[in-house]
Amino acid sequence: MLATDSNAQRPPMPWFGMDIGGSLTKVIYFEPTDLDPDESNNEHENLKTIKHYLKSNKAYGKTGKRDAHLEMERCKMGGRVGTLHFIRFPTAEMSAFMALAKSKGIASMATTICATGGGAHLFEEQFREVGKELNLILHKFDELDSLIRGIHYIEACNPVNECYYFKNPMDEDQFEKVPYDFSNPYPYLVVNIGSGVSILAVYSPTEYKRVTGTSLGGGTFLGLCCLLTGCETFEEAIELAEKGDSQKVDKLVKDIYGGDYPKFDLRADTVASSFGNMNCKWRRELTSKEDLARATLATITNNIGSIARMCAINEGITRVVFVGNFLRVNALSMRMLAYAMHFWSKGSLKALFLEHEGYFGAAGCLMELLKSGN
Amino acid sequence: MDQAAALEIPHLRHLQEAKMFAIDVGGSLAKIAYFSNVPVKRAHYADNKIVSCSSGRLHFAKFEARQLESCLNFIREQGPPTEIRATGGGSHRRKELIQKALGPQCTIYLEDEMKCIVTGANFLLRNIPHEVFSYEKRDNFKFKPNDTNVFPYLLVNIGSGVSIIKVESETSFERIGGSALGGASFWGLGSLLTGTRDFDELLQLAEEGDHRSVDTLIGDIYGSDYVGLSADTIACSFGKLSRVHATSATNNGGDNNNIRDNVNPADLARSLLLVISNDIGQLASLYALSHNLDRVYFGGYFLRSRPLSMHTLSFAVNFWSKAKVEPLFLRHEGYLGAIGAYLAGDKSAMISDKVSWAENYACSSLAGVPGTAPSHLEMDLFEWPMVSCPLLKHPEKYTADTVDLTKDAPAREYWLDCFENAITKFVEVAVESQKDKIDAEERGQAVREKYLEKIKYLRLNPCVYGSLTVRSLLDMREQCLLEFDFADPYMVQKRTENQLALGELKKRITHLDSIADDVERQTELVIGLLAGNVFDYGAKEVVRLLQEAETKNESFGFERANSLLQKRPWLVDNLDQWLERAKSHVHKCAAIFVDNCGADFVLGVVPFARELVRRGTRVMLCANARPVLNDVTYDELRLLAEQIASICPVWNQALRDGRIKLQDSGQSSPCLDFARIKRQTAEELSLCDLLVIEGMGRAIHTNFNTEFTCDSIRGAVLKNKWLAKRLGGDMFSVVFKFEAKDNVTKE
Repeated sequence: MLATDSNAQRPPMPWFGMDIGGSLTKVIYFEPTDLDPDESNNEHENLKTIKHYLKSNKAYGKTGKRDAHLEMERCKMGGRVGTLHFIRFPTAEMSAFMALAKSKGIASMATTICATGGGAHLFEEQFREVGKELNLILHKFDELDSLIRGIHYIEACNPVNECYYFKNPMDEDQFEKVPYDFSNPYPYLVVNIGSGVSILAVYSPTEYKRVTGTSLGGGTFLGLCCLLTGCETFEEAIELAEKGDSQKVDKLVKDIYGGDYPKFDLRADTVASSFGNMNCKWRRELTSKEDLARATLATITNNIGSIARMCAINEGITRVVFVGNFLRVNALSMRMLAYAMHFWSKGSLKALFLEHEGYFGAAGCLMELLKSGN
Repeated sequence: MDQAAALEIPHLRHLQEAKMFAIDVGGSLAKIAYFSNVPVKRAHYADNKIVSCSSGRLHFAKFEARQLESCLNFIREQGPPTEIRATGGGSHRRKELIQKALGPQCTIYLEDEMKCIVTGANFLLRNIPHEVFSYEKRDNFKFKPNDTNVFPYLLVNIGSGVSIIKVESETSFERIGGSALGGASFWGLGSLLTGTRDFDELLQLAEEGDHRSVDTLIGDIYGSDYVGLSADTIACSFGKLSRVHATSATNNGGDNNNIRDNVNPADLARSLLLVISNDIGQLASLYALSHNLDRVYFGGYFLRSRPLSMHTLSFAVNFWSKAKVEPLFLRHEGYLGAIGAYLAGDKSAMISDKVSWAENYACSSLAGVPGTAPSHLEMDLFEWPMVSCPLLKHPEKYTADTVDLTKDAPAREYWLDCFENAITKFVEVAVESQKDKIDAEERGQAVREKYLEKIKYLRLNPCVYGSLTVRSLLDMREQCLLEFDFADPYMVQKRTENQLALGELKKRITHLDSIADDVERQTELVIGLLAGNVFDYGAKEVVRLLQEAETKNESFGFERANSLLQKRPWLVDNLDQWLERAKSHVHKCAAIFVDNCGADFVLGVVPFARELVRRGTRVMLCANARPVLNDVTYDELRLLAEQIASICPVWNQALRDGRIKLQDSGQSSPCLDFARIKRQTAEELSLCDLLVIEGMGRAIHTNFNTEFTCDSIRGAVLKNKWLAKRLGGDMFSVVFKFEAKDNVTKE
């Protein structure tokens, strides 16, 4: 649908798409599965090495990870059919990644790397330096174009399961992921929660605008958690948050009014002030790392929810799609968002989620490359 | 901040006379409001007496919430209140404590918090001059005239959390949203991150820090600007902390106990303040846009006039709303709830068509000093309503003051020096006027000290009382005098001068009437008006000349004053235009705002007014409500008018049949604020087609550039060398500015 099938215009394999974000770099690798025997035999040795290395591991170096559960088979791309692999590593490890790329023999191939995200700009020089040595050519693509294109591509490849919403989101036992038919989604809002947050309004496959953003995002969550709890990774921070109780940390309506504030529909256990109890010594002493992590998560999540909700109202949009790696292994935030959007809009807004949370930019960027035909 | 200083007994003044209490108890701070009939001295010109009476005053004070009990105990000791209006979350939670502290005789009425905040905001917006300001960069305060059309607006109250309220009228409002990221989040999270426990210290820390070491900026991600976001925009708050961590994890094998040691607490505090302020600004603009509101006022006790928070909020609102929403701040942001709770109990104060209020600068502490929350605020009650003058062409944009000293550093320095140097002599006169009182010297000293202290603060923070102007310096001085019972230092002087001038009036009138040529007579009348204006006891140079004449035993009369005047053409000289206008046109009604007693009024204004009356114009003479310097007061005006009537039959007749009317401007200032004129007078003013404003205070320091909907004359003699030079003239330069109402000139 999106790419041309003219062999002549295709860039040479391997096909990578890279989204270099503020914290994480997301990589998509397209492994062709429609090789005819001829092609198979002639496949470059290094290409085989790369394929083998990527497929046989789930972890690369100390920090690189492959999300095997997200792998998508029989995807059509650039006139070819193949499997999409999803890989991520911390942007801070970019030089290690380059060293790895070198050691795995990309050096001997004339390869085009397409990249989007801030890092595509920030690391451009570095890429060019290494590129000379490695025969790498860097193609930069716009990050928001890539995001939107990626969402549409992945959703089209995975029409049944990609998009979902939560039923009974706040019910610990009853909550349920329910598939959502995203075939006619326009207009919708995309809330991309990476290190920071970007909010886009999408009106058609090609029309969109950036509405707003906030610096309170996934990077804030991790940064604050590291400092407050001494945790080291996002996974750890999420695990702590799952066990914690934010009510010990936050000032609730009942802490201020002694009960409900019925005149304005504020229930006793509504959060009046995030971290509002932490200026008080005895409260601090009763608080665990887990509680602090939970409060941090809740603060960031609810704030994003508020901003998203107001944007949706101001733009006259009812579908709000949350994406980005902040939502990875983070059902808690998704459920909170689902609940908040529904509750505060009195049911008029719907929070939607996509399975491939943070990989749309990388996917879209690869699509752009194939479209551009090199 | 010194916590002990927050509840100093002197701040709870006039408790014995207090009635009507209100309290706003928040999570960390409490504010109290009460009304007292404060004992004051008032001058009775007719009897040449100073009498004791009382004047209504509203008091507001803040203290730490944990001092609630001791504060209430103190109040009870001074006289147990019978009722108190209470608002704020803490009033609900601590109602029993309040009841116990105040005693069983006291009824506690719990008032709705949002309603109090809204009522308080409305009250401030309507009553307190220069309450509202916008803030852009450091020290760029821009004070707004009191808008007669305040509704609708968005009120964002930043307390522990944030409440977002749409206010549509005096009584109708709606809480349309809120946010849990508010003042207590800054305090709580700030405590956790930095180990600093005190709110003000945290704010101070934030001013000192550099967030770039902890926040990920657009430049860190993109290497430069990105789609309209500059490189120094924060992309991810606290984003570098996990990176610090990542580095330390690889460097020392996951030992991250040192993360906190690697980060400067001040940088964390700053990052936190920025992210919370920005977030509030962003939400405020989203809510304003979704409800079509073009301005947002920030209240609560979070900002505390901190430049960093105000700048961030302003920037965020402007940025996110694409400048469609104006971010505005309130000098008394922390008192909204307390004021509202008070008003809930005192319905009379609510009724704005019966009374008016004004801030007492002498007794209020420093609102608007960056970093200093105003700990004390007093407002004087005036038993008459004040409204905007109907003759203003642009009432919504009107600001009385000609020069804003906060924006004009050389002028500020000059005037602060000038007032500082003059205070000693000024106090001497006041003390001399009460030399029969044994404590006069002591009180005089107190006036001097208080005034000098204020000047000292104003040098550091020119915006403490709103815009700093010559008017505010003059008014503050008068309020300091009154606070220490110097009701009218010039009373005796004024009587003497008036008697002298009345003695010369007949001669002056005869002389004027003998001039047959209309133009010549009109010219002489205008010169007389100006010569009279030399007699100004507020002017240092004039006082010097008068004393010099006195020591030489010479008389310093009207003729001598006349000889001091600049020769024509004057500095501003529209005399020919006025003569032309007067020749072809008879005004229906002229309002004259008079200046000084003695020759100024009697020999200058009176003949001028008399001529107008003779030509068929009705005349309204407008004077101050209360004494200030040697300016004519309304009471004096009434007495003088009768005395003049016994000298001049034309005057007598006109006074009897209402062609001369006497009006009280409602003000007590050597300057003139047309935004606040006694309503009854303002109604009469609407009939006027000629406005005459006389004197430096009313026509130069204020209203010099004001446009009116009718013909106007501004006449003054510049008795200040610096000011004269600045306007391009010399000592005793003359300003005679005549402006015809635009469409009238085409007749």
